[in-house]
Amino acid sequence: MGRLVLRRLLATIPVLLLVSGGVFLLIHLTPGDPIDAMMAESVDATVKENLRRELGLDRPLYLQYVSWMGRVLQGDLGRSIRNREPVIENVGRRIRPSLQLAALAMTISLLIAVPVGVLSAARRNGPVDRAGTTFALFGICMPNFLLALLLIFLFGVTLRWLPISGYVDPLEEPWDGLRALVLPAVTLGLALAAVVTRTLRASMLEALAEDYVRTARAKGLSEGAVIRSHVLKNALIPVVTVLGLQLGTLIGGAVITEYVFALPGVGRLVVDAVFARDYPLVQGVVLLIAVGFILSNLAVDLLYGWIDPRIRPR
Amino acid sequence: MAGSTPGSGLAEGEPARAPAAAPVTSPRWRALRRAAGARLAPFGVAVLLTALVVAIFAPAISPYDPLKQDLGHTLAPPSRAHLLGTDNVGRDVLARMIWGTRVSLVAGFVSVAIAMAVGGVLGLVAGYAGGRTDGLVMRCMDAVLSFPPLVLALALGAVLGAGLTGVVIALGVVYTPTFARLMRGQVLSITAREYVHAARALGATGWRIAVTHVLPNALAPIVVQASLSVAFAILAEASLSFLGLGIQPPAASWGSMINAGRGYLQQAPWIVFGPGAALFLTVVGLNFVGDAVRDALDPRLLD
Repeated sequence: MGRLVLRRLLATIPVLLLVSGGVFLLIHLTPGDPIDAMMAESVDATVKENLRRELGLDRPLYLQYVSWMGRVLQGDLGRSIRNREPVIENVGRRIRPSLQLAALAMTISLLIAVPVGVLSAARRNGPVDRAGTTFALFGICMPNFLLALLLIFLFGVTLRWLPISGYVDPLEEPWDGLRALVLPAVTLGLALAAVVTRTLRASMLEALAEDYVRTARAKGLSEGAVIRSHVLKNALIPVVTVLGLQLGTLIGGAVITEYVFALPGVGRLVVDAVFARDYPLVQGVVLLIAVGFILSNLAVDLLYGWIDPRIRPR
Repeated sequence: MAGSTPGSGLAEGEPARAPAAAPVTSPRWRALRRAAGARLAPFGVAVLLTALVVAIFAPAISPYDPLKQDLGHTLAPPSRAHLLGTDNVGRDVLARMIWGTRVSLVAGFVSVAIAMAVGGVLGLVAGYAGGRTDGLVMRCMDAVLSFPPLVLALALGAVLGAGLTGVVIALGVVYTPTFARLMRGQVLSITAREYVHAARALGATGWRIAVTHVLPNALAPIVVQASLSVAFAILAEASLSFLGLGIQPPAASWGSMINAGRGYLQQAPWIVFGPGAALFLTVVGLNFVGDAVRDALDPRLLD
């Protein structure tokens, strides 16, 4: 296990280097002068020159990269052009709503997917299975933003049960906070639930056909006991993998969900930075998101090795 | 095409695999899937054909100029004059939806074509050259895959500038690694086969082997992946347009129409639900077509 961890960590290093290089080059891909793209033409030439020097754009490319990388490794991701605050602080302020949203969405998706997936497989071709399969297809093809607007239309505009935008910290005001997060979390959670339902159903069907299940049945165990203690445990392994694979989709979905519901999260920060042409902020946030994504994928990989001893290297 | 008899390719592949087949892929289960495919594929093909016809003949079938404002009839509900109502500046929603089909299909097909071409070549080179070239190309692909797709597309869109070209390039980059990995895997497995050894023994050059033996044999899974990717590319274009990065107003795209309509959800929900339904149906239809192509071309890829 220790060797697996070490090997995976080492394999991450070249990818991290390339990712940082890509993010660094981002600003140089701008057609024309990046400074002109960031600031209106009317801005004073000396202000532009100062920014150019601050960002180091007047120096050769490789020197820029080395000094940028040096600063990044010390935790300095630069400053936002708009509010002049360090990127880290900008992200720090926004991280809490994003994590709360992701946690709630994950919970909702598992609360839906586990019972539906299990029942679908246990009673194949039954009504639950049919409804579940249709739901899975619906969830996978439904654009996030459209689902968000449907939910807003139904629960916010027509029924007026839930707020349709804004954020209250649930750690400070639990009731209002949760109410504000319900619609965004359902939006994000349903798509995930669809994928998990599909995977769980398929892996349950596979496990149900194993010899040990026949043995368990032959012993006289009830079907419920067979599923609980023999099938479900084995069927959950692919679900962990899929949850890991879905992280990228989850992050992308969070960007759109936060945008629609005006949640002050990291996703919203990216969109705002892109439209303000605040390139240092875009660079910093995208780098942080990518590193977070790589590390969580690494964690899922290791978790997988821990759950399923068969894939551990000897 | 492939949608007409998606089961046929599968049935042919069946006997050879039957002994090793796990019970999930038992003949009954296969037959079930085949039936599902047969039932849904025609729907998918119909949706795709309709979308293509609408996109090609948009100028002829559009009831109004999609950009013409009519400030006397803003937010008008669906009626005989405006089948899907009008938007906040009195433009016909149906006309804009019809023109938006063009944007969606172009974005979906062109971005996947770019990814297929670039990824295919990179995968071919990596798999064929091996060694350092392979390592470098594939690590670069890993790096691209290390970004959540939408975040990468947003960042690229930001530097390439808003508009259809920027979005198509951004999505092309996002989907490239999938094709590169697929192609590399194919090359590695095909170059190990005996007929490639035979060709090499006969003195065929590396390039000749790549073009006449590897490429044709590697194409099936690439086509399957492409047909499934188009649906997601259309979804991604709509998402970027929704965020404001895609094609710029006043030109119409489904995503931007939905974004523009969200402020009027209470007074005029039709602004959102017309293009929303078009987007959803297209993606569902393309998924069915993709599944059918997969079943027809490669029974081993069944999930």
